[in-house]
Amino acid sequence: MLLTVVIFLPLVAAGVLLAARGLSGRAAIWVWIAAAAVDLALIGWMWWRFEPGEGASGVVDGLAHEVDLQWIPTVDAGYHIGVDGLSLPLLALTGVLFLACAIYSLREQDRPHTYAALFLFLQTACLGTFASLDLILFFVFFDLSIVGMYFVIAGWGHGNARRSALKFFLYTFIGSLALLVGFIGLFLGSEERTFDMVALAANPPLADSPVTGGLVLLAIGLGLAVKTPLFPFHTWLPDAHTDAPAAGSAVLAGILLKLGTYGFVRIAMPILPEAWQRWAMVAVVVGVISVLWGAFVALAQTDVKRMIAYTSVNHMGYVLLGLGAAGLVASADEGARTVATVGAMYQMVSHGLLTGALFLLSGVLWSRGRTYAFDRWGGLARPAPVFAACFAVAAFGSLGLPGFSGFIAEFQVFTGALQAAPVATVLAVLGILVTAGLFLLALQRLLTGDTLAPSEADPDETGGGPAPQRADGDTAITTRPRTATRMQDLRGHEVASIVPLLVLALVLGLLPRALLDVLEPAAMAVVELVGR
Amino acid sequence: MTGMSGGGERVLALLPELLLLLGAVGGLLLGLWTPQHRQWRVRLLVTVACLASAVAAAVALPEPAERVFEGTWVVDTTTGVVRIVVALGVAVLVWLASASLAGHPRETEAYVLMVLGGLGSIALAASGDLLLLVAAYLLASVPLYALAGFAKDSAGVEATMKYYLMGAFVGVLMLVGVAALVLAAGTTGYLDLAALLPEASPALLAIGILGVLAGVGFKAGAVPVHFWVPDVTAGTTPPMAAYITTIPKVGAVAAAFRLLAEPFASVPLDVPLLVAVIAAVSMTLGNLAAFNQTDVLRLLAYSTISQVGYLFMVVAVAARTDLAVPALAVYLAAYAVTNIGAFAAVAAAPGARTITDWATAVGRHRWLVVSLVVCLLGLVGTPPTAVFVGKLVVFVAAWDGGFAWLVVVAAINTVASLFYYLRWIAPAATGVATSESTTTAGWGTGPGTSAGTAQRVVLKPIVVLHTAAVVSLLLGIGSGVWLAVLLPS
Repeated sequence: MLLTVVIFLPLVAAGVLLAARGLSGRAAIWVWIAAAAVDLALIGWMWWRFEPGEGASGVVDGLAHEVDLQWIPTVDAGYHIGVDGLSLPLLALTGVLFLACAIYSLREQDRPHTYAALFLFLQTACLGTFASLDLILFFVFFDLSIVGMYFVIAGWGHGNARRSALKFFLYTFIGSLALLVGFIGLFLGSEERTFDMVALAANPPLADSPVTGGLVLLAIGLGLAVKTPLFPFHTWLPDAHTDAPAAGSAVLAGILLKLGTYGFVRIAMPILPEAWQRWAMVAVVVGVISVLWGAFVALAQTDVKRMIAYTSVNHMGYVLLGLGAAGLVASADEGARTVATVGAMYQMVSHGLLTGALFLLSGVLWSRGRTYAFDRWGGLARPAPVFAACFAVAAFGSLGLPGFSGFIAEFQVFTGALQAAPVATVLAVLGILVTAGLFLLALQRLLTGDTLAPSEADPDETGGGPAPQRADGDTAITTRPRTATRMQDLRGHEVASIVPLLVLALVLGLLPRALLDVLEPAAMAVVELVGR
Repeated sequence: MTGMSGGGERVLALLPELLLLLGAVGGLLLGLWTPQHRQWRVRLLVTVACLASAVAAAVALPEPAERVFEGTWVVDTTTGVVRIVVALGVAVLVWLASASLAGHPRETEAYVLMVLGGLGSIALAASGDLLLLVAAYLLASVPLYALAGFAKDSAGVEATMKYYLMGAFVGVLMLVGVAALVLAAGTTGYLDLAALLPEASPALLAIGILGVLAGVGFKAGAVPVHFWVPDVTAGTTPPMAAYITTIPKVGAVAAAFRLLAEPFASVPLDVPLLVAVIAAVSMTLGNLAAFNQTDVLRLLAYSTISQVGYLFMVVAVAARTDLAVPALAVYLAAYAVTNIGAFAAVAAAPGARTITDWATAVGRHRWLVVSLVVCLLGLVGTPPTAVFVGKLVVFVAAWDGGFAWLVVVAAINTVASLFYYLRWIAPAATGVATSESTTTAGWGTGPGTSAGTAQRVVLKPIVVLHTAAVVSLLLGIGSGVWLAVLLPS
């Protein structure tokens, strides 16, 4: 029951916001913040009461807050939700990041009611996906997250927002339908004809038909790979990230990408163990290609936000490397595979925090100067020290500096994967080098040297985006960005949204046990299930 | 009804149909004696008849399947679902049409024809005999010819002509098909045909099956007999377009389903494959043709063609899986609700024919856009709407029946369909956005004057649209409840 409340509380708040037209814009955002805060508090309570258990626990047993209601009886799909060590960290991440986005958007001028309602709707969709224990329910929330994000990008994005939104929707919708086809395959292949994940994981379908199992895994893998996104299905990502509003990018990178990787851990690995073992090397290779491709393409970007977007491809590649290594049963012992899985899970949380912070920081750049181009900014450390400090911390965290959560994650992925796939792991370590280089380059370009900033636009005046400037050509000349030497530093609400994310990343880097205690039993359970 | 004598029971088995007939005849008589400005009485009578018919059908639904009137009229789950969907659909569409028909000199006639067409649609679904099928085809066609051209404008007349000529032509094909089947088996009843057709000559069988399927395919608007759909839909008024693309389709798909489940189940030809190909081609062509439409009615017309493709997926596996009957029932109900909702959105802004005009006309009505988004995404099959549940069950049934490739084709088509629905959703949703956020004059005047005629929105269709959106969501979310009632397994 508590979990249901957690999932649907944001949706209720969204309904209230849409219905209450009289509320002022600022009050609407405050309602959003309150709803997100209450939701996070409830998730915190769940975490507090959560018993990770001894040894392997999760996926098929040890589920807390379980609810199982019948939904579509003809195909045995139900409203089955629950929490285990895999989903709880991601639920918590969702709560944290959405609250950060709510605080960050405190000064949102553009239709704040609808904006807040959409994000609350998205939060319900994301929480629901992570909590689902039924394939169809998972698909429902998965699809709704796409719909919500489409409207966020199309309605509040900048640049070529509609085109990017369409591209995002079409790509990820193809993925979600591939996923649906795969789910139907699982349903028809299972003995008891059910969409229930727990039942399917306990008694894996298609165990004796490798071809069908492989095809079903291909469909599911395709769907999740588009969402994750993995090379070569990542091409929607830079456009969608660049043109989305800052909070939208943060949620897109921080949460929605995790829906894909989470699907691998929750669905592909436990339910199709035999097929996953057979094709684990493909996952490793795709992961390594994503790592290297994402890193090198990010290196070539001239746009801060696009660069961060490509580093997401890179970071998700590590996750796949770890999960693939967990499937190489023949060439690694169970301990190594567990470490790899834990590392992959840790990377999901860590990437959510750090990339969320980075995207919010790039949103600060946009709000000050309406551009993300590297060559329009420089020497920001002097006029905006807080911004510079935050950006530096986030960048160092993201490149995997010890002391931050990213290091714990990547270290475990490499440790776990080295035994099973040594060549791939060594190649992937190169990715870290490139990432380090590109983040240092970015820091150098943005923060050091002579101060350079586009002339500061009053955020209140240009709240509606660049559209009003285009509408009347006369003012276009006067508002053309000029070079200035001032930039306003982070404001209160920006600090309040970004700094906690960085602090959390630091805490998880220094005290990893808090998260590992929850993750490890579930990772062991996944590894055991895959090893069947 | 258990205590009644055998004869009485047989007549009462047709109670829902009788109620509709009474509504039609009574409405006609009442209309004759009612002044022009009080024709709402007829509307009320017709609505009551439809609702009573739906209730009667719902009451009869849990009873075991039976064949009445010497096996010509089948009363089973499929018939029951079609009865309810058609009766409720006609009732809603009568009110939708009344927004433009009120005070019209031939108002009564329109309502009566709508009820009769609905009766024909139910007859299509229920017929267990080829001759009854032909009669039902005519009953489901002739009233619609009149309804298509009801406005008597040039577009409507052209639509009627096209509809009529095509209908007459396909009707002849169908008669040839029926004749061939009668020649092959010497009988017209489905059960006898099912027993005798497997031994019949393949050539006669092929002619017969093609002819009969052409007939039902025409009523359903499936490729290759779909050419009338866009022209008729765009030529007539939005409520009539909603009627023509919903009511007869429901009956025709059910008729095709019954044909494949019974007489064609074990013929030596691969009829399921033929239907599967029809389904694949229908959804693909419908989607491809919808891509570049700027007229909302034409866009919806092509969308209905693609929807028939999904429906024909179940028809293809009618005899192959137990899931087929629930899949058909769910998808038919979901399609009817969502499609009526989408057309109601068009009817809500009667002056607006293109996507941009529509977006401008409804610019200030935020909830209208929300409901439109629900209905259009519902047609795509986005959860948790009713069509999603329908699509899911249909996909499962089709794969279970051995057409995994068709499921893949349908999934790809679903993505393709998203593209053109978004072409409508995007301007509608973000158009609202601009009108709300910027109060400057720059935005207000430009598009406003160009679509000055399209500014008016009409109340009744809005109510229908909102209702359809809510029902679509409720049917999707609450599918556990109503499926358990409807289809106890």
